[in-house]
Amino acid sequence: MAERSFKKEVQQLRLGEGAEFHGEGILAITKALLQSGVGYVAGYQGAPISHLMDVLSDAGEILNELGVHFETSASEAAAAATLAASALYPIRGAVTWKSTVGTNVASDALANLASGGVNGGALIIIGEDYGEGSSIMQERSHAFAMKSQVWLLDPRPNLESIVKAVEDGFQLSEASNTPVMLEVRIRACHVHGRFSAKENKRPSFTLAQALENPVRDTNRIVLPPAAFAHEKEKIERRLPAAIRFIKDRELNEMFGGDLENIGIILQGGMYNGVIRALRDVGLADIWGATRVPLYVMNVTYPLIDDEVTAFCKGKDAVLVVEEGQPNYIEQALHAILRKADIATRLFGKDVLPMAGEYTAAVLSKGVADFLSAAAPGALPDNVRATNNPPITTHEDVAALAGVVPARPAGFCVGCPERPIFSAMKLVEKELGPHHVAADIGCHLFSILPPFNIGATTMGYGLGPASASAFNVKARKRPIAMIGDGGFWHNGLTSGIGNAVFNQHDGVVMVVDNYYASATGGQDVPSSRAENKTRSTQHPITAAVKGVGATWVRQIDRTYDVAKMRDTLKEALTTGEAGPKIIVASSECMLNKQRRTKPLFDTAVKDGRRVVRERFGVDEDVCTGDHACIRLSGCPSLSVKRGADPLKDDPVAAIDNSCVGCGNCGEVADAAVLCPSFYRADVIYNPGKFDRFKASLRKAVIGFLQRRRDRARISFPQPVKA
Amino acid sequence: MAVLAMGGQGGGVLMDWVVALAESEGWIAQATSVPGVAQRTGATVYYVEMIKRRTDGRYPVLSLMPSPGHVDIVVGAELMEAGRAIQRGFVTPERTTLITSSHRSFAVEEKTGLGDSIADSGKVFQAAGSAAKRFLAFDMAALAEQTGSAISAVLFGALAGSGVLPFSRQTYEATIRASGVSPERSLRGFSAGYDAATAAGNKRTVVAPADPKRIETLDPIGHADFDALLEDARNRFPTGAHAMLAAGLRRVVDYQDIAYGREYLSLVADFLPLERNSDAELVKNAAKYIAVAMAYDDVIRVADLKTRAKRFERVRNEVGPSPDAIVNTVEFMHPRIREVVGTLPARFGLWMERRPRLMAALDRFVNKGRRVRTTTVRWFMLLYMLGGLRRFRRSMLRHRQEVAHRDAWLRAARAATQSDYALGVEILKLRRLVKGYSDTHARGLSKFDRALNAAISVQGRSDAAEWVRRLHRSALMDEEGVALDGTIKTIESFAKEVPVRASAP
Repeated sequence: MAERSFKKEVQQLRLGEGAEFHGEGILAITKALLQSGVGYVAGYQGAPISHLMDVLSDAGEILNELGVHFETSASEAAAAATLAASALYPIRGAVTWKSTVGTNVASDALANLASGGVNGGALIIIGEDYGEGSSIMQERSHAFAMKSQVWLLDPRPNLESIVKAVEDGFQLSEASNTPVMLEVRIRACHVHGRFSAKENKRPSFTLAQALENPVRDTNRIVLPPAAFAHEKEKIERRLPAAIRFIKDRELNEMFGGDLENIGIILQGGMYNGVIRALRDVGLADIWGATRVPLYVMNVTYPLIDDEVTAFCKGKDAVLVVEEGQPNYIEQALHAILRKADIATRLFGKDVLPMAGEYTAAVLSKGVADFLSAAAPGALPDNVRATNNPPITTHEDVAALAGVVPARPAGFCVGCPERPIFSAMKLVEKELGPHHVAADIGCHLFSILPPFNIGATTMGYGLGPASASAFNVKARKRPIAMIGDGGFWHNGLTSGIGNAVFNQHDGVVMVVDNYYASATGGQDVPSSRAENKTRSTQHPITAAVKGVGATWVRQIDRTYDVAKMRDTLKEALTTGEAGPKIIVASSECMLNKQRRTKPLFDTAVKDGRRVVRERFGVDEDVCTGDHACIRLSGCPSLSVKRGADPLKDDPVAAIDNSCVGCGNCGEVADAAVLCPSFYRADVIYNPGKFDRFKASLRKAVIGFLQRRRDRARISFPQPVKA
Repeated sequence: MAVLAMGGQGGGVLMDWVVALAESEGWIAQATSVPGVAQRTGATVYYVEMIKRRTDGRYPVLSLMPSPGHVDIVVGAELMEAGRAIQRGFVTPERTTLITSSHRSFAVEEKTGLGDSIADSGKVFQAAGSAAKRFLAFDMAALAEQTGSAISAVLFGALAGSGVLPFSRQTYEATIRASGVSPERSLRGFSAGYDAATAAGNKRTVVAPADPKRIETLDPIGHADFDALLEDARNRFPTGAHAMLAAGLRRVVDYQDIAYGREYLSLVADFLPLERNSDAELVKNAAKYIAVAMAYDDVIRVADLKTRAKRFERVRNEVGPSPDAIVNTVEFMHPRIREVVGTLPARFGLWMERRPRLMAALDRFVNKGRRVRTTTVRWFMLLYMLGGLRRFRRSMLRHRQEVAHRDAWLRAARAATQSDYALGVEILKLRRLVKGYSDTHARGLSKFDRALNAAISVQGRSDAAEWVRRLHRSALMDEEGVALDGTIKTIESFAKEVPVRASAP
């Protein structure tokens, strides 16, 4: 079960002809797939396309009605391979993942698919995680399109255009027998907008029909000599067919303007940003009317030479707005203009930065610089010579530089992964620092304060593999991290199988929190939940033993910091050969709270006896050293400036977001920190026996307390400043 | 309109409401965000643009990210997030209304420091005053808690109350109802936010809240012996030190007894003849840190604090359950043999301490984590008796050690003050480095000793006080004392050149 339920959004998938859809970009794409008569959808979750997967998971009923097969793939490679169903059969298929990371994983299958070509429309929806908020390396998917010769769509970032691109993509794919990539940037995936819906369509040819009437064609299989023929076919037949289709259907758009001697060529996805930049210099309005002619490439690969030359002819200067690097499009445009012998000056990554996201501010500056150089007469005076310094140069604002703290993402309140790293910190104190190979997932937050654990990350599920070289005799062993998501993605073979086979002596810590949590809490094979449509509850320990691991420890409550510490210590010091595998399991707190909180509230309301655990700090016992925070970092474990004039430093305090996981108490105990922490067990709707015990205790304890209070001087409540 | 929030604060809910609000009024709204991993407690920006629909059916081209200088409303769900918005240039004096909650949710870097690393909120208030066209700030986290709603609801109310958007209060409320996210509670939060925003009116600036330290007085409390101490303090000490003396007296008498209070006053009085400052800087610091040193944290103190009736009451209030719920508490304690030996009569304790093998053997029995159920009669009695040992404290090993250590420090401070007033004050302040329990305490104590020795070694230099301040700062930089050792090395390097009198405390 994903962390968000899309029951409400799913209803929008049913909208019929002419109805208005309001919602997120990624949901609009989902609806567009159904409108296009898609036969199957597969993919691997990850921001920003997780919601596409989650909404389809919740849309079982509609998919059944339409006869659409939906699959949560084991990896992006598995998702890409799924498109093989469209290689020979006239079935439309779509797959999706986070890019470029997912495209990297998928590229083997993609290259095979692209070589043989497709019969049914094959659409690859890639959520481009680039720029602010991105969690991955900054690269372009563009290169994959070029190297495998698949076509790349980059539509304008409004729902109408994106939805149209889905339908266009399928048709382009079918017309050119080539898979098509649809690139959607992160902001466009999450944009809330509207479009006019169409009726959903059942696939015209179904997977069942294909299974019952199998066909084969050795010409479509990647094996010499067919493989050589494929390469020629790509250039001689499929590319021209694609160019023809793109021109005929006018997939790229021109927007007029009276400043005919200049122009801007842009990726579709940059359109809104460019209009914003033109508005800043008074050359466009919010309704899209522009004085500068625009050539909007909703298809960024292949380029259409005729359209480019037609647009540039007669212009003095043209700006290319192309986000990311290398500047493939700009280079190609130079070649096109050179070959056509057109002298138009091309601006691009000289006025715009070579690398980095094209934010509003960056585009605004780049466009203004282009215009100052190419058409200064078109600019208003205040842009040409501004004497209004930005507010960020004001001394009060500049003074914030050392004040506003960085706030990177971190472990949630009560996260079960936190105690694992607290334990690692304690082991570090005893045995010294170790080389820690980190992996992708929430657990990668360990590299940040307060833990500062982890040296490298080499890709999803590749934590153990990235410690492979450290398989030599030494006084210390390497520690490799891997999450349950990465484990099932590929880590079982690339990490565990590899380590067993090569007789690796290192430690592997498998962080098992019952879900693929970082991507939104999707189920994986080892999830503990009952899932009606997937087979779950396959233990990780059984899998690692299955590939030959012998030193395997299962820890069922990661919050037991002392046990975590001792197990890790044992793994680092045991004489046993082969990989030492610790599976540390506790449910993702975010998902657990979503699951149990409503149940708890109902129980309290219904008068059933339930116990809630909450932690607290005795303010007068705490001395304000913050060692507990340095070993925890829980958002609910914070500090407060106390009223005590004798204390210089803020004391620890636990706020109301505490979920009572117990980590802070366990850490205080395991690290022998201090006795300030307490756990309060609140018994709601106590039973008769509870009440009896409580009243007895109250009598005895109350008597003693009153006795001592009488002997004590009672100070009046002091005045607050 | 830009909303800056931390993951999990409901920035997304607020954004959805704003979009629904605009659409319900026939406007076109577009919103986007880059949540990604930032959903996990990181800083996130949500961005909304809205415009009146045109009659010809043409759609606007709206931006997907805020552009400095073009943002009408900036909403901060936490004070430093508002600061971040100002820093990024989203808030400009020509057009931006800045609405923010003034509460703080501390970032990891603010919490992990050994001393006080909390960022200066005043700077954000000052910057907001300069950068915003209009600035609205109040504690929305508190309002959310009072109304049982979320901060997003209070913010939505503040937005309505600010009147920046041309929509009526009823439309806002209808939006909440239609969204179905626990509407009753959200409406309460909305209403609180609305009222607070309208009450704030059109003021351009808001003043940052003051420091929460309480000020105590030497007024009699109606206890003859204690009042005698108070009167003594009033008569003998300069007014500037009165508040601190009052706090100190309370602490040490509460810690031990009236006689301990007298001892305290006499220790502070030793600094009286050395006072040269009209604000009584020296005596004030002596009053503060002597109290801290005298009321050192030991097993007896912890047991006493944990068993008090007031503490039971406070825990109940903090966890805030319904009146008929039962609250049981569990303490996380981890005693070691050292703590046990500390409570033995001094001579016997010393005898034990000199036998490390015996200590190690006994430690194996004592040294383990214990879950102390203070609300059960058995555990309560044990803690209660431990707390009662306070009568014998003066004869215990730990006390003897603390007194010897304390007196050496005070001697050093007095000796320094003779020739260098500022140095004496700084030496007193070094006491701040001693805190925590077990290993943390040992680490702090060792830092204190190292810093004190170094402080004594710079005595006689004209910049001695500045060096001690530097020792103090560097001691708070890291847990292990690496930075402190660096500073000490620097001092040693020049101390070799200028011979100074070396004396151990």
